[in-house]
Amino acid sequence: MKTRKTSPAQHVSFLAHRRFLWLKVSGALCVLSIVGYVSTDFDPVRNGGTWYGYTLGVIGALLILWLSLLGARKRAITAGHWSLKGWTSAHVYLGVSLIIVATLHSGFQFGWNVHTLAYALMIFVILSGIIGVFFYVYIPRRMSDNRAEMGQMDMLKDISNLNAMLDDAAQPLSDKYVPIVRKAIDKTKLGGSIFRRLSINDARCSTREALTYFQTEMRNVEAKERSEILDMISVLERKNSLLLKIRKHTRYKALLQIWLYVHLPVTFALIAALIAHIISVFYYN
Amino acid sequence: MANKYDIAVIGSGPAGISAAAHAAELGLSHVLLEKTDHLSDTIYKYQKGKHIMATPDQLVLRSDIDFEAGKREDILARWENQTQQGELNVAFNSDVSEVSGEKGDFLIKTKSGETFNAAHVILAIGTQGNPNTMRCPGGDLPHIQYTLDDPYAYFDEDIIVIGGGDAGIENAMGLIANTLLANRVTLVQRADGFPRAKEANVKSLLQAMNEGRLDVLTQAETSLVEDKFITLNVSDGETRLPCDRIIARIGSAPPRKFVESCGVAFASDDRMAYPILSPTFESSVHGLFVVGALAGYPLIKHCMNQGYDVVEHINGNVDLKPADEPLLAEKFAKLPGDNDVSAILEFLRQKITIFNDLTSLQMREFMLDSQVHVFKKGDTVFKRNDYGSSLFSIAEGIVDVLIDPNDSTKTIAISEGEIFGEAGLISGRRRNATIVAASDCILVETPRNSARKLISTVPAVETRVNQIAVERLLSQIFGAGLSKTEFSAVIADAEIKTINAGETLIEEGADDTDIFIIRSGSMLVEKHIGGKDVFLSYVSAGSYVGEMALFEEGRRTATVKAAVKSQVIRLKGAYFESLLGANPDLKAKVMDELSDRRAMNAFVEGQKSGFDSVADLYGARANFLIEQGLGEATDALLIDETLCIGCDNCEVACAESHDGISRLNREAGQTFAHIHVPTSCRHCEHPHCMSDCPPDAIHRAPDGEVFIDDSCIGCGNCQRYCPYGVIQMEKTPPKKPNLLSWMLFGVGPGPGQANKAWTKKTLAKKGNDAPKVAVKCDMCKGITGGAACVRACPTGAAIRVSPEEYLSYSKDPTKAKA
Repeated sequence: MKTRKTSPAQHVSFLAHRRFLWLKVSGALCVLSIVGYVSTDFDPVRNGGTWYGYTLGVIGALLILWLSLLGARKRAITAGHWSLKGWTSAHVYLGVSLIIVATLHSGFQFGWNVHTLAYALMIFVILSGIIGVFFYVYIPRRMSDNRAEMGQMDMLKDISNLNAMLDDAAQPLSDKYVPIVRKAIDKTKLGGSIFRRLSINDARCSTREALTYFQTEMRNVEAKERSEILDMISVLERKNSLLLKIRKHTRYKALLQIWLYVHLPVTFALIAALIAHIISVFYYN
Repeated sequence: MANKYDIAVIGSGPAGISAAAHAAELGLSHVLLEKTDHLSDTIYKYQKGKHIMATPDQLVLRSDIDFEAGKREDILARWENQTQQGELNVAFNSDVSEVSGEKGDFLIKTKSGETFNAAHVILAIGTQGNPNTMRCPGGDLPHIQYTLDDPYAYFDEDIIVIGGGDAGIENAMGLIANTLLANRVTLVQRADGFPRAKEANVKSLLQAMNEGRLDVLTQAETSLVEDKFITLNVSDGETRLPCDRIIARIGSAPPRKFVESCGVAFASDDRMAYPILSPTFESSVHGLFVVGALAGYPLIKHCMNQGYDVVEHINGNVDLKPADEPLLAEKFAKLPGDNDVSAILEFLRQKITIFNDLTSLQMREFMLDSQVHVFKKGDTVFKRNDYGSSLFSIAEGIVDVLIDPNDSTKTIAISEGEIFGEAGLISGRRRNATIVAASDCILVETPRNSARKLISTVPAVETRVNQIAVERLLSQIFGAGLSKTEFSAVIADAEIKTINAGETLIEEGADDTDIFIIRSGSMLVEKHIGGKDVFLSYVSAGSYVGEMALFEEGRRTATVKAAVKSQVIRLKGAYFESLLGANPDLKAKVMDELSDRRAMNAFVEGQKSGFDSVADLYGARANFLIEQGLGEATDALLIDETLCIGCDNCEVACAESHDGISRLNREAGQTFAHIHVPTSCRHCEHPHCMSDCPPDAIHRAPDGEVFIDDSCIGCGNCQRYCPYGVIQMEKTPPKKPNLLSWMLFGVGPGPGQANKAWTKKTLAKKGNDAPKVAVKCDMCKGITGGAACVRACPTGAAIRVSPEEYLSYSKDPTKAKA
């Protein structure tokens, strides 16, 4: 039999890739670093200047450079037996192991200098990465549940259908209601600034305004107009709940991306600081 | 009395124009009858600006009319021009309703009552047919139309669309797409539902109806059309509706009826059959010739050549060699000995049993589609588990079938004149044995579509192929356990049965004991537990079902339904019983499988209470996947939404690996229980896209990839045939600046499919006239590492699976609990 390109066994998340291979590798790296650190006798002080410190430093620097290449790997779709899932898996676990490797490299010597700046930036990048991993694990299922088997396009199409229904439902109503319905159709906004995308409840949502308005209005209108208003309310309610669904979806999407806006720029800053750290170390030695 | 012509040509497509032009050139009196008011209606109806290709490239054009690849408008204008210059006698608006008489004295009548006399008739009416027209009073009023070119051309009108097929539904949906145009649309359908339309179309229609965007009247028939009004017969009486425009999409009559009314005989009753023709395209009616698409040649060049050749023949040139002679000569070049085309055709026809009854014209046609191979003794023809659906015939030599994959000494010989490869042809699945040349061989390989055409054209071939296929399938499954007489008794009793998707083959609890071998398609096994049908397993072609009843007191223990349209071979249970008695190995194998199935049944039964919701999810998910066409798939892309972060890197990778066009649309497609089936090729067992490809450009590679080669003419047939909407018609976009210059300097649109604006701008700069061609997934055939969509997924959400796998995947309780 031919071996298949994908076997069901390979259907696992990036965290469990190849039976947690990269978790094991980075775990081993951490253990080795710690064992080396405690078993070696350093004189006069433990820091990056000793042979052991240099070794950890070189490993750490190479790791940082390699980790930063994930973005290039993701975009350079070349032929070959690589898997981006494997890269992501290694990126996550080796990235976290840097906390140990780099901390031991520092020998716990911190100060107000470029060395500690590089260290702090690195920790910041790693923490933002951990948040990213959390989002990657936490969000997809919730996003899928929220969409409830609809696609983004389906949802937007439904909005325009509901708008057409609002238009129809407005026909039998008296003229004074027209601007409110018109506004709910034309001025309901989705997305926008990052804050809008992260918030689910848009206080100024025209659809919600219209809904609240008609709900209040129900108490004042004459009986004969009541059923038309009720029709209007039911369409508005449908649109309102769909809007909520879309806004949740937008928020999930934003969360999946937002951490990268920290992770990536700080990575560049880290690389700059790292270069400064290495040059200054050699220059002053 | 009307003029008498030497030649009357019916139909002004490429074949008809070419015939008439040559008649004019030779000074023969002629008339070209065209039902519309313009030439070449089929091409005229192509969308504006469509690029028309001129394949096959090697074929010389033999016509007085020019033709080369180019825009629809240019080609039509040139033909128009040359028709005038060549002084062709064209009678427009002559819709022929009757052809009678015989050679030397044909009488042709048109719908408008005109008559024409001719000594010879050339029928070149294509396969498009005539749209059915409305027959009620007022059915000829000018506000009735049978096509809809631009759905946005009307404003504020009451429009009635008649016909609930795909055409009618798509027109109606097109008319309401832009609400600003404020058209009021009503769809009128005669039947109670929409049995002929695609499910997706019906769904969107009903949704639009529920939302009040259009009206739908079923069980309604038009009884009267008046200016501004239409009267309909509905179930509770008559209704009269305001109506500015009627768009009637009530199907079209295929031309076969008309052709038969002219006295022309067809090869068989099969839908795919063509008229019986002589080597000179003469039909069973002496003096009446059939050329072009109607004769089975969909490519323009072939049609034009045939028109020319037939007129030459009528004019007395009987020695003319067909224009495809050099193509065949090239095919036969590698054969040993003298390479005279006619002699080789005759040799093949006599040697190969299934070709015996073909005419030399049919031989030419099949050999144009087929390949001739020369194999040396010991060469492998194909390997077990290769994908392949072509049919092989042995013109010379013997081949060996390796029946045991582990022992290459166990072989069965297939002798000269016989066929092999029929199992792959029928099932669309991998080859079930390796074939090795046992001596030096000459083999003819016929692709699936031509083989199907052959089978439907010559009834004797169908019988023979089926007989061989049943015999081999049975002996493969039940092996050598039967004596010759027993075996022939089993064969004589075997019956081939076709069952449609969803139809039940075996009913749980019934007391019949027949065994069914699945020949093509696949089956779902379900068990009725606690008021619900619980999905047990998926069985594919090459396996058998129904043997359990023999051991379970003659009661069926589960229901077996067809997942897709399938064919099975029915065997009497009694035969199977005696077969098992005679063959202990087979019995052990069956008992083994039986205990597995019993265990599964017991497991499902035992879990009844606590298992309920999980079992429901299995079944529901399996049914969802089958609905999405995965029952007929061989390799499909699925996305696990519990892992997908929506980064679309799968699409980016696809576009980067294939000329800048993504062949998958992640977001489109359906989702169920966190499994998303994106719009992407399923590589079906019997690919729908292949069913009518004029240049035969769609193939299946040995590893199963269904791909389109460079000979695509951009006709769009495959796109229309694909039920899953995975084929796009696209121009190849311009080359992008490289990745590094984008990453460092932001040059170009970046990785993935370029945005439309950039593509348009760059194309405009370069002056692009590239044709649109069909684009679909080829599973990254030939790219090391395999499918880029899967390799480029950062989280492991994208997976490629085959039906057995994803159905077992959907069964996995740990996954289903989600």
